[in-house]
Amino acid sequence: MNEPVLTTENLRIGYSGRGGVRRIIADHLNLTLRSGEVVCLMGPNGVGKSTLLRTLIGMQPPLAGRVFLDKTDLATLKPREIARRISVVLTERIEVGQLSVYNLVALGRYPYTNWFGRLTPHDEAIVQTAIAATQAEHLARRYIHELSDGERQRVMVARALAQEPQVMVLDEPTAFLDLSHRVAMMQLLRRLAHDTQRAVILSTHDLDLALRSADIVWLMTTDGTVYSGAPEDLVLSGAFEKAFANCEITFDRYHGQFRFHYSSVHRATLLGEGLIRKWTSHALERIGYLTSSTDNPTALRITISGTEQQPCWHIQAKGHPERCVYSLHDLVTLVREMSPSGN
Amino acid sequence: MGKIFATTNKSSVHLHQHLQMVILIVMSGITLVSFLLSLSAGSVPIPLEQVLTILFHKEAERATWVTIIYDFRIPKALTAALAGAALGVSGLQMQTLFRNPLADPFILGISSGASLGVAIVVLSVGTANTSLLAVTGLLSNISLVVAASFGAGIVMILVIFIAQQVRSSITLLILGLMISYVTSAVVSLLLYFSIAERIHAYIAWSFGNFGGVTWSQLWVLGPTIGIGLFLAFLLTKALNALLLGETYARSMGMNIQMTRSGIVLSSAVLAGAVTAFCGPIAFLGVAVPHLCRALLRTSDHNVLIPACIWVGATTALVGDLIAQAPGFSIVLPLNAITSLVGAPIVIWVILQRYRGTFSL
Repeated sequence: MNEPVLTTENLRIGYSGRGGVRRIIADHLNLTLRSGEVVCLMGPNGVGKSTLLRTLIGMQPPLAGRVFLDKTDLATLKPREIARRISVVLTERIEVGQLSVYNLVALGRYPYTNWFGRLTPHDEAIVQTAIAATQAEHLARRYIHELSDGERQRVMVARALAQEPQVMVLDEPTAFLDLSHRVAMMQLLRRLAHDTQRAVILSTHDLDLALRSADIVWLMTTDGTVYSGAPEDLVLSGAFEKAFANCEITFDRYHGQFRFHYSSVHRATLLGEGLIRKWTSHALERIGYLTSSTDNPTALRITISGTEQQPCWHIQAKGHPERCVYSLHDLVTLVREMSPSGN
Repeated sequence: MGKIFATTNKSSVHLHQHLQMVILIVMSGITLVSFLLSLSAGSVPIPLEQVLTILFHKEAERATWVTIIYDFRIPKALTAALAGAALGVSGLQMQTLFRNPLADPFILGISSGASLGVAIVVLSVGTANTSLLAVTGLLSNISLVVAASFGAGIVMILVIFIAQQVRSSITLLILGLMISYVTSAVVSLLLYFSIAERIHAYIAWSFGNFGGVTWSQLWVLGPTIGIGLFLAFLLTKALNALLLGETYARSMGMNIQMTRSGIVLSSAVLAGAVTAFCGPIAFLGVAVPHLCRALLRTSDHNVLIPACIWVGATTALVGDLIAQAPGFSIVLPLNAITSLVGAPIVIWVILQRYRGTFSL
């Protein structure tokens, strides 16, 4: 088993305001972060993920308990010493003006360079390695403001890597990225963690991606509990349901995804098979119809014909003339018009 | 979006370090030429080769020229160069600290403090019916410099104290703004109750002038600006880290309160010294950093600080040269000239270089 690099001991996080008023966000946290692992920190908005991250990197003092970095109490370390072991990537989209990618990544050497920030050949080599490890060589001479969001985030990871940290902390690194860039970012982080034996912790709302790529999930709930375990463990134990459950959605443990609560007030008979049937049923569910294939007498009866390329829906409803439509959008529009409640 | 413009954008080519070095050397050469030109031009034109003879051999066709060069024009040109360099670097530091392209050396209220000091001396000291002659005497007096230094110094100490307390630099920005409002309110009151001659004297001071600095005063101004610039060089690394914002800077091990105080100290010493000796010279502080960024296409302070020194000095020398209105026997208000001539140049350069995307 890998070495623990960051551990917490009865950690209490939160804010101390004026006059000693304290707002405790979570208490008695005993968490362990091991080298070579990717941890995804998850939880509903406003649950205190950022507060936990800030406390772990020493930017916010704990209300009680301690954070240990390599068995040393974080509170006893100087900012420069912490910076040599922990680096961060923030959510905010940075505006650095006319800085080249290379210069930006080189800023990661800040805790190592002398008073004037002069890079030694060793520093230069590490900057090159960081750029190579994030596959950003082709960007090195470009300006930051010319990069796309995905490239920018990649470069920010390179900068964090140039800091040679034992722990890399990322606050919602995939927030602005599309699906393919999100996947690429997660694969990059996994590779960095596993290949270089660093610990990576990131907060994310992307459940699907976390389930697929996290070694460990830390799941924060509104009552201040943090569940820790393999993502699959948390699915099985029902932790995800506890963390996110409300009247709008439920967690589908079987598929590992959330489902909306549709108030299905109508019933419809749907005759047909295969992929077309699945998505027809999906569309009808969205507008409040529960479908069944048995030919019960219902107010609405839809028959699928045609091919996947050219599907056709035959609609029979009480009190309406029979109709044929050729797209699900038309189907949904028509059914809505027919609906007794005007739904 | 970036991809569409990247290939066509001129600025996408990152200037090589050696090229930046060459540009810096050319800049220093231009500063030297401006310096010599400003020695040659004036109400008594002195040919350039005579200027060089005077500089190297201390003799000329006419003895008066030596006196003019040594007693008036060299102190004045040195003052202009020092003031321009100081304001450029001070403005650069403020723009980086506040991550705001509109920030200038006076944003912390330093020059407002200096103005208040001068206003108190010019507008209210002595009896109300002091003669015009006495007021003009007051203007050339060292007491103005002392008053301005006091005003600037008090505001500076206040701002540095607060810089160590607050978490966010924005608080500092608002505070500087409020100090400016309060001091200008007091100045308005003083102006309202003052007599016309004194008001005129105050307004003349507020136009800005490089000509009032004597050799003995230069021995104070020069080292003060030297200290301010030295501090700025020491802060280069921190300023670069601050480009990423304060959170990133802290995560890289920076003590934000200490750094901020250092930047404020350096910037305030530079702006305060210039205001005390030359009056509130506007515009240079906000314009010079933009010019440098546009010319060198970088935000790296290792390059920008020397660039701001050279470009700042040159702009101040050229501005003063134009204010002299060579060939005419009048002297135009310096502040008006720097803005009138400088603003179109800056607009042109920025439109040329940035092509719509604006950044620090």
